[in-house]
Amino acid sequence: MKTKNLTLNVWRQRSKSDSGRFEKYVAKDVNEHMSFLEMLDVVNEELLEKGEEPIAFDHDCREGICGMCGLVINGYAHGPQERTTACQLHMRKVFELGWDELWIEPWRATSFPVIKDLAVDRSAFDRIMQAGGYISIRTGSPPDANEMPIGKHVADMAMDAAECIGCGACVAACPNASASLFTSAKVSHLGLLPQGQAEREDRVRKMVGQMDAEGFGSCTNHGECEKACPKGISIDWIARMNREFLKAMVTADNEVEERD
Amino acid sequence: MANTELKSHEPTGPIEERWREHKAHQKLTAPHNRRKYKVIIVGSGLAGGAAAASMGEMGYDVHCFCFQDSPRRAHSIAAQGGINAAKNYPNDGDSVYRLFYDTVKGGDFRSRESNVYRLAELSVNIIDQAVAQGVPFAREYGGLLANRSFGGAQVSRTFYARGQTGQQLLLGAYSALSRQIEAGTVKMYPRHSMQDLIVHDGKARGIVTRNLLNGKVEAHVADVVLLCTGGYGNVFYLSTNAMGSNCTAIWQAHKRGAYMANPCYTQIHPTCIPRSGEYQSKLTLMSESLRNDGRVWVPRNKEDVTKDPGKIPEADRYYYLEEKYGSFGNLVPRDVASRNAKYVCDQGLGVGQEVDGERRAVYLDFKTAIERLGKDTIKERYGNLFEMYERITGDDPYETPMRIYPATHYTMGGLWVDYNLQSTIEGLFVGGEANFSDHGANRLGASALMQGLADGYFVLPFTIGDYLSPYQKTGVDLAKLELDDKPVTDAVKEVEARLEKLANAPDPKHSPDYFHRKLGNIIWQYCGMARTAEGLKTALQEIPKLREQFHREVKVTGTADGFNQTLVKAARVADFLELGELMCLDALHREESCGGHFREEHQTEDGEAKRDDENFQYAAAWEWQGVPSSAALHKEHLEFEYVKPTQRSYK
Ligand SMILES: Cc1cc2nc3c(=O)[nH]c(=O)nc-3n(C[C@H](O)[C@H](O)[C@H](O)COP(=O)(O)OP(=O)(O)OC[C@H]3O[C@@H](n4cnc5c(N)ncnc54)[C@H](O)[C@@H]3O)c2cc1C
Ligand code: FES
Repeated sequence: MKTKNLTLNVWRQRSKSDSGRFEKYVAKDVNEHMSFLEMLDVVNEELLEKGEEPIAFDHDCREGICGMCGLVINGYAHGPQERTTACQLHMRKVFELGWDELWIEPWRATSFPVIKDLAVDRSAFDRIMQAGGYISIRTGSPPDANEMPIGKHVADMAMDAAECIGCGACVAACPNASASLFTSAKVSHLGLLPQGQAEREDRVRKMVGQMDAEGFGSCTNHGECEKACPKGISIDWIARMNREFLKAMVTADNEVEERD
Repeated sequence: MANTELKSHEPTGPIEERWREHKAHQKLTAPHNRRKYKVIIVGSGLAGGAAAASMGEMGYDVHCFCFQDSPRRAHSIAAQGGINAAKNYPNDGDSVYRLFYDTVKGGDFRSRESNVYRLAELSVNIIDQAVAQGVPFAREYGGLLANRSFGGAQVSRTFYARGQTGQQLLLGAYSALSRQIEAGTVKMYPRHSMQDLIVHDGKARGIVTRNLLNGKVEAHVADVVLLCTGGYGNVFYLSTNAMGSNCTAIWQAHKRGAYMANPCYTQIHPTCIPRSGEYQSKLTLMSESLRNDGRVWVPRNKEDVTKDPGKIPEADRYYYLEEKYGSFGNLVPRDVASRNAKYVCDQGLGVGQEVDGERRAVYLDFKTAIERLGKDTIKERYGNLFEMYERITGDDPYETPMRIYPATHYTMGGLWVDYNLQSTIEGLFVGGEANFSDHGANRLGASALMQGLADGYFVLPFTIGDYLSPYQKTGVDLAKLELDDKPVTDAVKEVEARLEKLANAPDPKHSPDYFHRKLGNIIWQYCGMARTAEGLKTALQEIPKLREQFHREVKVTGTADGFNQTLVKAARVADFLELGELMCLDALHREESCGGHFREEHQTEDGEAKRDDENFQYAAAWEWQGVPSSAALHKEHLEFEYVKPTQRSYK
């Protein structure tokens, strides 16, 4: 079993209003089988023993599915391993790359203000969902689930888009801090399914509107989001969303004219 | 000890009509009146999220709380395998009755028949609801929904969305919840942790929370409180639960008068990735479906445990499940598979990394399956899981067998509730994994998602509505209670004082995790897969000592009035240290083996769980009396009118 000492430069910021700075720590006897967050746990226990405040970072499932964790490691959102969340990154990968010094930062985006150290406020994502990320169906008496067959291909595509975990890595990786990948994944998941047709235009209009209102940047096709996404959500969804959005805006204009 | 019989308030009559009849006689509240009723829901997982969305839509004034930064991150998100429903789409003879029967039998005859039947009955509605929300379940080429068989069932009744069924179902509930938040019927409080329950005039009337962002302790007053706060598996420290999963909400409610039922019924899942070191923070589940094609074995000889498994000849491999359980083999139920893994490791045949001087892992080998079906088929079936395994361990399971070991996965015990899912405190309802209701002493695979959603969408909105209805006595009788009333301000002060004490222990030495790990070791060793009276008595001595040491020596830096993850952790560990003791007390009192509760003194000649129906056919509900060890036992006797108790056999 390989072990190593690593130098960590960790972003410490007391609160939203504090300006923040990197602090240097040594992570001793890091073992290749540890997860990245377990490595931070060990550093934190030491800080606590010394009477210092541990490094704040968000995490919960540690299985790569809840989307709560998120760190930028040496410039990579969620670290250097493709399709892997920070909590699923293991130290053997860091060893393989020969990295002895690490720079650990929070997601950086105006729409994700820092709460403390590495924890940020991603409530903007919830508000985008609230704007239209649903199919309006009441609880109780929906039709039998098999009444409407859905082609396997369509269902699989919808699932590809639905796999987004809402972690925000796409925003952190994007030079414009755009939330297009996140928003387009939900627009596409619901827009592909027959159940989602009735509200399709309304949905894209509202969700994109909210995304803009939250101050996220616009998409200029850098493709960094797709590379950083731990679930491999495809950038094609963004193109699809843009087409839907344009179409929805055109129909919206027509509707207004007709009403006039 | 007191010994009052508990009333389940279940309807009588033919079982298939009970829920319908019960619902027909429930009182309603007119839609325009519903807004007047304030409902607090703690938890935004499948149970809480579904209940909040449904009750908001019905018009109640709903306030929903979760500790994560978004309701979408509740631990339901992590469920992989699937959700059962008696749809009988594959036409293989399934029915509501069969699902009911399997669940009662699987629970080893320690659940309430009326509840289980209702669950089976509602299972079909869940699938309809989820599909209408846009949950992308797996489909066949013809466009209809696909099913697979799961966890020892002889029919295919499990619906799934790749390996992310929980995620997709939760996102469905979350989208419904988001719609209600937008509509203004639900107010969401993320990053809030419930620290206490407010009981006034004998009724649950609110909660005290700590805002995790700024440390503010606040009271919230309501007409009714619903807890859907998930399981308490993290009492073991290591489990497949999320890091934040905790027992604080149900434990504080217990201390305010809600009885805690069958706390010793916990489920240990056989296929998890083993520990790799002291620093291990949680354990990862590998879906049970792997046992369909994987063969479980350990070396026959101790000398071989460190050998490359590929170099161990067939004759020296001990396929212990296949040898002991002819007809079920590798597919024996979870508890049987787990216990047997423990036994072979106890014998020194465990493999893998040495941690704390022991090797605790067995092989799960796909070699035969790959030879028979080809690598592509295996990849198609388990590709995601194999990738996940490789990411965590660095080993490629196509080339070398996986190493697995059991881990705590689910808690069947929880707050005692009647048929309406109301606890022993009036106006306190409990749903999902947090209650004890439907799984008896053992839960079958793919049935927790079903229960959470049945409770949340279809049961609680009606039973809570009935409770609140102005035509019910209780509804109009609620005493006036405001935020600045003394009972409320006192509750806030109590929580503040409790947290203040934790933040300033007299002789601070160790982190909350240090104590949590120690507690976990005790519970795992003495109240885990196999239990003895002697071991449990040892645990009952050790836990109070550890608790005392914790309150003296726990070290929390930073302040109570800010974002402070160490303080949050300390508060959770304090509650686990009490609950853990009650678990051991419950396990000691239950002088029988049933489901996940295996007492070594009570086994058949073949080493199987031996129930004692004459003396223990009841749910044990414990009442708080000041310290865990003096809890008073109350019993709910269980009747089996439909499914007659038999000894489980998987030989
Ligand atoms: C890895 C894994 C895989 C599983 N796979 C399956 C499967 O395939 N099929 C199946 O049927 N079941 C499965 N289960 C079980 C199932 O997922 C859970 O039992 C179920 O999802 C629990 O749902 P819940 O709504 O009761 O609780 P949860 O989803 O755990 O939600 C708890 C909620 O309560 C909140 N909360 C908790 N404590 C507090 C507090 N003190 N203050 C404020 N809020 C609080 C949380 O924030 C959260 O919102 C699996 C479980 C695990 C761990
Ligand atoms: S902690 Fe859940 S995705 Fe990383």
